[in-house]
Amino acid sequence: MKRKEFLQKSIPAATLLPALINGYSVRAMGAESPLVQALMRGTTDTDHVLVLIQLSGGNDGLNMVIPISTYSNYYNARTNIAIPQNRILPLGSSGTGLHPSMTGLHTLHNNGMMKAIQAVGYPQPNFSHFRATDIWMTASNSNQEVFSGWAGRYLNYEYPNFPIGYPNTNAPDPLAIQIGSTTTLTTQGPAVNMAMSITNPTSFYNLLNGTTDPVPDTPAGKELKFVRLVSQQTQKYSTVIRAAANAVTQQGTYPTNNSLADQLKIVARLVKGGLKTRVYMVSFGGFDTHSVQTNADTTTGAHALLLQRVSDACKAFQDDLQFLGVQDRVIGMTYSEFGRRIKSNSSVGTDHGAAAPLFLFGSKIAAGVLGNNPDIPANASVNDNVPMQYDFRSIYSTILEKWFCLDKTVVDGLYPPGINSQLQSLPLFKSGLTCNVTTPPPDPAFDAIITNYPNPFTNSTTIKFHTEGGHTLIQIIDTLGRVIKTLLERDYTTAGTFTVPFDAEGLPTGVYYARLQNGVTQKVRPMLKVR
Amino acid sequence: MDRRDFLTAKRRKKPVASSQASRIITSGINPYSGPWTENEIVHLLKRTMFGAKKADVDYFKTKTVSQTVNELLNPTAPQPSPPLKEYVTATTVGAVPDTNILQGTTWVNDINNDGTVQSQRIASYKKWWTGVLINQDRSIREKLQMFWVNHFGNEAGDVGNGNWTYKQHDLIRQNGLGNFKQMVDAITKDISMLRYLNGYLNVASAPDENYGRELMELLTLGKGPGSQYTENDVKEAAKVLTGWQINGTTYTSVFTSGRHSTVNKTFSSFFNNTVIVGRTGATAGQLELTDLLNMIFATQEVAKFIVRKFYRFFVYYTIDATTETNVIGPLADIFRTNNYDIRSVLSAMFKSEHFFDVLNQNCYIKNPADHIIGSIREMNAVFPAQTDWDTNYGMWNFFYAYMVNTGQNLNDPPNVSGMPAYYQEPLFHEIWINSDSLPKRNQFTDLMVNTGYTRNNQKVQFNLVAYVQQFSNPGNPNDLIDDALKFIFRNQLSYESKKTIKTQILLSNQQWDYYWTNAWMAYLSSPTTANFNIINNRLKSLFQYFFNLAEYQLS
Repeated sequence: MKRKEFLQKSIPAATLLPALINGYSVRAMGAESPLVQALMRGTTDTDHVLVLIQLSGGNDGLNMVIPISTYSNYYNARTNIAIPQNRILPLGSSGTGLHPSMTGLHTLHNNGMMKAIQAVGYPQPNFSHFRATDIWMTASNSNQEVFSGWAGRYLNYEYPNFPIGYPNTNAPDPLAIQIGSTTTLTTQGPAVNMAMSITNPTSFYNLLNGTTDPVPDTPAGKELKFVRLVSQQTQKYSTVIRAAANAVTQQGTYPTNNSLADQLKIVARLVKGGLKTRVYMVSFGGFDTHSVQTNADTTTGAHALLLQRVSDACKAFQDDLQFLGVQDRVIGMTYSEFGRRIKSNSSVGTDHGAAAPLFLFGSKIAAGVLGNNPDIPANASVNDNVPMQYDFRSIYSTILEKWFCLDKTVVDGLYPPGINSQLQSLPLFKSGLTCNVTTPPPDPAFDAIITNYPNPFTNSTTIKFHTEGGHTLIQIIDTLGRVIKTLLERDYTTAGTFTVPFDAEGLPTGVYYARLQNGVTQKVRPMLKVR
Repeated sequence: MDRRDFLTAKRRKKPVASSQASRIITSGINPYSGPWTENEIVHLLKRTMFGAKKADVDYFKTKTVSQTVNELLNPTAPQPSPPLKEYVTATTVGAVPDTNILQGTTWVNDINNDGTVQSQRIASYKKWWTGVLINQDRSIREKLQMFWVNHFGNEAGDVGNGNWTYKQHDLIRQNGLGNFKQMVDAITKDISMLRYLNGYLNVASAPDENYGRELMELLTLGKGPGSQYTENDVKEAAKVLTGWQINGTTYTSVFTSGRHSTVNKTFSSFFNNTVIVGRTGATAGQLELTDLLNMIFATQEVAKFIVRKFYRFFVYYTIDATTETNVIGPLADIFRTNNYDIRSVLSAMFKSEHFFDVLNQNCYIKNPADHIIGSIREMNAVFPAQTDWDTNYGMWNFFYAYMVNTGQNLNDPPNVSGMPAYYQEPLFHEIWINSDSLPKRNQFTDLMVNTGYTRNNQKVQFNLVAYVQQFSNPGNPNDLIDDALKFIFRNQLSYESKKTIKTQILLSNQQWDYYWTNAWMAYLSSPTTANFNIINNRLKSLFQYFFNLAEYQLS
């Protein structure tokens, strides 16, 4: 579907103009003005949606995607938790199978909609939950400190000046929505977080119903309620979210007592309801199974229950997407910050490990198993880890390129230096997936804020910016989030448009950000240096 | 401009008031003798200062309520040094450049009537005041200064002279904890006031009633139910006040006896039919002013009006009949009995059971200065050395602009009545929070957590790792959250909410608290960039989340 049609079909016109644009009064910057429209246009046109399912704690991948062809080594390494061979759900003739509790994802696979990717990781794996999570979210190397998230950089490329002037006619909806958690590093852009967060399903339904949590009948309670109501009213996306949610009156059946299913149900509702939000993130915790991972019957127990919930939730979600008729627009991806050790420990659990399999599902995903069963030594020692077969950033890259239709040069530029050359384009999608990319023509009014020409550039580019007068600062920030240069700092007596050259000779190729700070506003412009 | 014009010109769209809550408070002004814990100290400090810094709370923990209030009301720190010339002299053709003073020295004693220079000085004054608020001493001085400047309500932009505005500010500063009657006497002859409310145009031949009216209605008597002065009283007061002028070359007020009305001024029964005898000569103006203030201050209404105003600024905006009887009346008696000594009445108010009544806690919607300056102070944001005035003034200007953006322009209220939040029924403090200001408040804290503000390659920002390091046990995520919330929130979160926030943010959705503890210990034992970032990333999310909750808007 073309984006224009999509917009017209899905969004009631009346919901498009909230009273405020991120706290800036409409009178200051009319949402209909060509300037704002130019600013808000996503660089690439697509109605595709990515749902990231984070399995927090470090999922034991070896008990999720189980090697059948090398079963004896697997069994020997973890006799106390190994899944009996006859209970494994085989994934075709791949010699690999799923945990017996994952019947839902197994069905999706058999229906041609689920791909398991073996041994996803990165060089020099980190075994700290926090650091490993940050690496997955920022897409950095193990030894790099990066302050923005991979999806945040992608969205900042598409919507360079967010949140100034958002929401607006062209981008009325949140760019990303995090459900079941507060905003994360994944969607942190160079200056601001690009996502809206819905802390938990209850707060989502509070938003829909215009209710807030109960307060005591005291002056303090009265004022708290008052501020909460204003807060809800001014939640800049509340109108569109309500409209989207209310447009969907019937959904498929989801399992109960399954918080992941609760979250995915909301995602399906919002997608069907017409939100143009490109990235959704949901999270599901409890995978840190150092002990009592299984019962005596190893097909049951804590980990089995977790996997069953993941599987049931994904299956119900995919069925609902079909029911709602939006299955071709959505893909889901599970991931965890690391896998666990090959050898189980004596407390019927597994300790922090390295690479692990992940799932991609959706009607456009090419089903099957990518990669081989991990090499498991015949006598696995306590330190043995699953070696990496696929760099997780190759999966991100492939999604950005094939699913979100970004040019390969742009995709490569979104990574910190030293990573892009190692990334592969993987066969994740069914053949025939097309993008319908239409790059909107540049709008001269865009120049009024901050832009650069040429872009992409080879050695130098000219930054053009508008100041309202007074103290004006332009800093250059790299993809690691470091200020590498103060390009300009001075006080202007009057408002006006000026230029300043940026000489990037000697700097590595990739994305750089020009950050303009003027008065109480700040804006960030992505620039791409190419060879 | 006449005040009435202002009121009609600038009338705001009336917002919807929130629902009423039960508020049955029977406590009065007996000295509070309950618990003296962090909770009570934070309550007192958030109301009398901008934010409650942990260091200040710790300091007062070893004192009693009485000692604490006494100390807050008796500042010992020197008054701040005056504003500096930090701007670049205007070089417009025909302008009078202020070449008398060098950059980095004060302009407050330099006479200059050039409009451009004066507009730069007004801006300079506002930056300076913002800096003074940020660097406030451990006393009520600066909060009270804001109260009194709001009470006397001059619009600096209208007056148009930075020197005059500073002079008035300083006059208020010198009298803020002194005698209210003397302060009104002085403010009546203040050149900024003479200019703002047309006193300098008030001559015997055609008395201008503007100041005489506001003297009664806004500065002393108010319009309470017991305030029964008449229109004729306003006219007679205006005659008393004739003859005062501004000397534009010395920036002082002068009394010109030839412009003074020498007739007897007769007042209504509300003032016991007082007759102020018309005087002549150089001393006539002061003698009659003294008579006028003696007459006004002899009524019961002045004390009640000012106490109500204190109450709405420092306690809460609802004054019901019980509060009027149990609190306003008795405090007004104290104010009157002590011959309008400001310190006495504030002392009684802040030491009272009523002030510490649980129903008066947590219910105060922060004004923009509370929010912005209070956040900066509570988070111990570090500014460049005082000697680097250029960078500091630039930074202060940024925070001043944020206050303007969120609805409070220091020394430039919408009209002579001052900030509507402190008089406008029925919303009062709720006026501060609306669909424009609330997102901007959140944007401010987001900015301070994430990028900060940069000037001259120096950055002012919230350093969250240093902030939590002042607590006893930041390695325990539960203690960390509890300790932080003690200072930044007044309404405490439920156990369930805290647990969710802890798990989602500090633990990155892990189940075990020790993952945070390990990360914290790793940073302590090896403060590398990598270890710092692991905890700092999570603290940034945590505090950004807290600052965006409705609870953060209350004190």
